[in-house]
Amino acid sequence: MSTTTIPRLPAGRTLRLGASRIRYEVKTYFRQGDSVFFTFLFPLVMLTIFSVAFSEQTFGQDPDGNDVSAASFYLPAMLAAGLLLSGLQNMAIDIAGEKSDGTLKRFAGTPLPVLSYFIGKIGQVLVTGILQAALLLAVAAIAFRVPLPAEPERWFTFAWVFLLGVITSAVLGIALSGLPRSGKSATAVIIPIALVLQFISGVYLGFAQLPEWLQNFASIFPLKWMAQGMRAVFLPSNYESVEVGGSWDLANVALVTGIWFVLGLVVCRLTFRWIRKDS
Amino acid sequence: MTTADAIVSVKDLRKTYGKVTALNGVTFDIRRGETFALLGPNGAGKSTAIEILEGYRDRTSGDATVLGVDPGTGGLDWKARLGIVLQSTGESGNVTVREQLTHFAGYYPNSRSVAEIIAAVGLEEKATTLIRKLSGGQRRRVDVALGIIGRPELLFLDEPTTGFDPESRRQFWQLIRSLKSEGTTILLTTHYLDEAAQLGDRAGIIAGGKLIDIGQIHELGGEEARVPLVRWRQDGVLREERTTEPGRVVASLMTGGREPDELEIVRPSLEDIYLGLVSQHEAARELETVA
Repeated sequence: MSTTTIPRLPAGRTLRLGASRIRYEVKTYFRQGDSVFFTFLFPLVMLTIFSVAFSEQTFGQDPDGNDVSAASFYLPAMLAAGLLLSGLQNMAIDIAGEKSDGTLKRFAGTPLPVLSYFIGKIGQVLVTGILQAALLLAVAAIAFRVPLPAEPERWFTFAWVFLLGVITSAVLGIALSGLPRSGKSATAVIIPIALVLQFISGVYLGFAQLPEWLQNFASIFPLKWMAQGMRAVFLPSNYESVEVGGSWDLANVALVTGIWFVLGLVVCRLTFRWIRKDS
Repeated sequence: MTTADAIVSVKDLRKTYGKVTALNGVTFDIRRGETFALLGPNGAGKSTAIEILEGYRDRTSGDATVLGVDPGTGGLDWKARLGIVLQSTGESGNVTVREQLTHFAGYYPNSRSVAEIIAAVGLEEKATTLIRKLSGGQRRRVDVALGIIGRPELLFLDEPTTGFDPESRRQFWQLIRSLKSEGTTILLTTHYLDEAAQLGDRAGIIAGGKLIDIGQIHELGGEEARVPLVRWRQDGVLREERTTEPGRVVASLMTGGREPDELEIVRPSLEDIYLGLVSQHEAARELETVA
């Protein structure tokens, strides 16, 4: 039969719809009260708690002999935590929820390309991640008087560590979204993973104080490297000697995070389906 | 009818889940512009059949074509020509009615006007309300609106009016009639037999994974099932007689010159015929099991 020829959809719509998805995702993200609190504001809340709780202590001195405050010491760690929360934790819980509440089933019946959906998710993480980092930096600088670096090369390092970190974290979140069996169990499955990673990767506890075997174990995962990259940007240069191997080791920050990015993409490509056809 | 006219064509469709047979050799066609109602009790296989045609499930065996394409392999071009109203979903609904429809309209190459659709489903006053704040019936209307925003050639309606009040149901019927008049082909499943009778051109009845009857709505069950009943009360006992000549029967009751008590002539409704067919089928199945 030759009566029906299927009209082709216009080219370039994957990107156009991706942009449309980003707007939609960002809008709905900020209307979801719990995600705003637990992923968006959480690092700020933690930075505030640490800064206030340890306000009487100093965390070493910079090369000029100035004391390093708790806020200064924890700022890079909270930026790294923000990458993990906005990306991995938020994505994995969000998509697991959309799987079980029928959102993805609805998409499966429309001509929305999967890639546009991914662009929307990653775009949402990027936008909220940037706002989150900007807010953290602003509060740290204004409220807690954290001296921010003046050297352009440090900001360059920040830009690539942040971008690579946030996108890797988002992709890993999409990859992990298949793990929870239902939307209801998603928080119970994902939050412990994120929490354990934060504790062993030098976010809440100083990485140098962890036993060597735990350091080696944590070095498999990207969060340790993202946190290290952030320390390279924001801590005084004399802190480099405290790092494992006595170096910020930015080459490995890029390498390990990059490997996880590729790995995440492969898992997404292989495992993501709008719906499980015969469940 | 030629195959070129068939928008949906299903032949000997089977679906098994492990040892359970959900569909056991179902065959039917839906012609262009037709509204076809698929009826049947819960668990009879209606949803399995419709989900195979929507591309949500794979079939075990048999043939299926939807708009000339195998629904198991239909791509985005194919999906752009379908409208799917699923059974109700539980999405978070953090967008307004207008935002949601505007966003989904962007998915389709030739979508309808958002304002028109909002008016057609009667949600003008709720256009700027978040979907999660709507009532169940109103959310259902948003589902229907999302199903038709892309100007589909074929519209799947899976129990579309569940949770509607009678007035909304009638408005919905009006909307479906206007889609029909524009030439939209519709596959409808419903538990409301009056709805199938109001909207359907033809219907198929599925029970136990089999199509037990198919035809024009007014032909279902055959002549036999449509024979009117004359019912009256005589000496305190309710009597009834199935007859093709109700007038003659009534006249014969009048021989004593006395008006019969509680006299009525009943033509079986679609619901009576449907229930008759389904219970016949179940009785036959029980016999099979015993034998």
